[in-house]
Amino acid sequence: MRSVSLELERGRFYVLRGENGAGKSTLLRMIAGLNQPTEGRILIYGIPNREARSEIGYMAHAPLLYDEFSGMENLRFFASLYGIKSEDSLSAAMERVGLNPGLDRRVGQYSQGMRQRLSLARAIFHSPRLLLLDEPFSNVDPDSAVAIARLLAGMRSEGKTILLVTHQLGLLSEVADEVLVMSRGELVKRGAMPQVSA
Amino acid sequence: MSLSITKLTAVNVGKDMSLEWRSRDVLNSMLFFALLVVVIFSWAFDPTAEQSRRMVGGLAWVAFLFSTVMALNQSWARELRNGVLDAYRVSPAPSEALFLGKCLGNFILVLLLECVMAVLFVVFYNLRSVGPLWQLVIVFLLGTWALVVNGTFFAAMSIRTRNRELMLPLLLLPISIPAVAAMVLATTNVLTGESSSLLQIKFLAVYCVVFTTACFLLFDTVLNAE
Repeated sequence: MRSVSLELERGRFYVLRGENGAGKSTLLRMIAGLNQPTEGRILIYGIPNREARSEIGYMAHAPLLYDEFSGMENLRFFASLYGIKSEDSLSAAMERVGLNPGLDRRVGQYSQGMRQRLSLARAIFHSPRLLLLDEPFSNVDPDSAVAIARLLAGMRSEGKTILLVTHQLGLLSEVADEVLVMSRGELVKRGAMPQVSA
Repeated sequence: MSLSITKLTAVNVGKDMSLEWRSRDVLNSMLFFALLVVVIFSWAFDPTAEQSRRMVGGLAWVAFLFSTVMALNQSWARELRNGVLDAYRVSPAPSEALFLGKCLGNFILVLLLECVMAVLFVVFYNLRSVGPLWQLVIVFLLGTWALVVNGTFFAAMSIRTRNRELMLPLLLLPISIPAVAAMVLATTNVLTGESSSLLQIKFLAVYCVVFTTACFLLFDTVLNAE
């Protein structure tokens, strides 16, 4: 990453695109606090990102789930890390991504698409104000991808800020507010969806 | 929302125990290795009861040390699969709770192994303790904690290296030498009844306090290092 300076407005939907190796995932990891920048600082709602972790929902390439647990057991464990005891928010998150909370099957036996949706449920169950999503549509069938895009549109209208990495811009043409383009570790372009994506 | 280290440590221990119950990766590999050591050495030496009392201290701790290394590698490999560790790091949960949870989880598993192996040592080596047995219990508790706490810390340090399974023993064994020497000597002293193990027990207690404190304080840096 080189000299990236970026300010995101509250409640807006941003799409981050760029060629492979441009630094999109690294930027997301830095904002999430998983990688540290050599210089500069990252603030989330005015607070350093490492101290604002409960405000972040992060979805990576990997599902970040235990294969040996069921979907609900996974969410229950991660909820305890956020101090959440209520099962309602967990069931609601699973239902929002189109999964049955009562599904007893272990995640290791889930299809790729189901894992992806559960991974999204893991990122949203604690109602974070900032969502960082890395390729949420990969390995997902077209119908589910449309459903996820609709879900994200709903989250934006609830006031969440969304920064999403994807190559499938078509799915978000109606939803995204801005497109950010990265190349070789730099932010090279930024603008409204129709202009930049063209 | 409340995030106390004690509660989160318990949550992590519960999670590790539950994962182990379902997969049995750690217990199976530890038991198999320790069993091999016991059986092969009993065939090779065919010792008398007196000889056994002199050599079992070393033999047992070698088996437990290498079994612990296996357990530690497995327990962290689980966190790397599917990148789950990143989900923990992104959460507001303190990393110290993960460290203590892993230490306690591994401690329970290694103690379980030691209980099973103790019976086998008695059977295969015709063992009978001559010294005070309570000292042996303390030596095993402190010795196991000493191995597990350092091992958990160094395993976390080596998880991002390419040859992490090779790296862990390289880091762990040198720093464990003083503790292992004390464990072996104390165990032999209790089994033979020739002298007291109190000095070694005191040394192990100090070793545990020093390394637990150091590892606890440094764990967050190690977990978030790039």
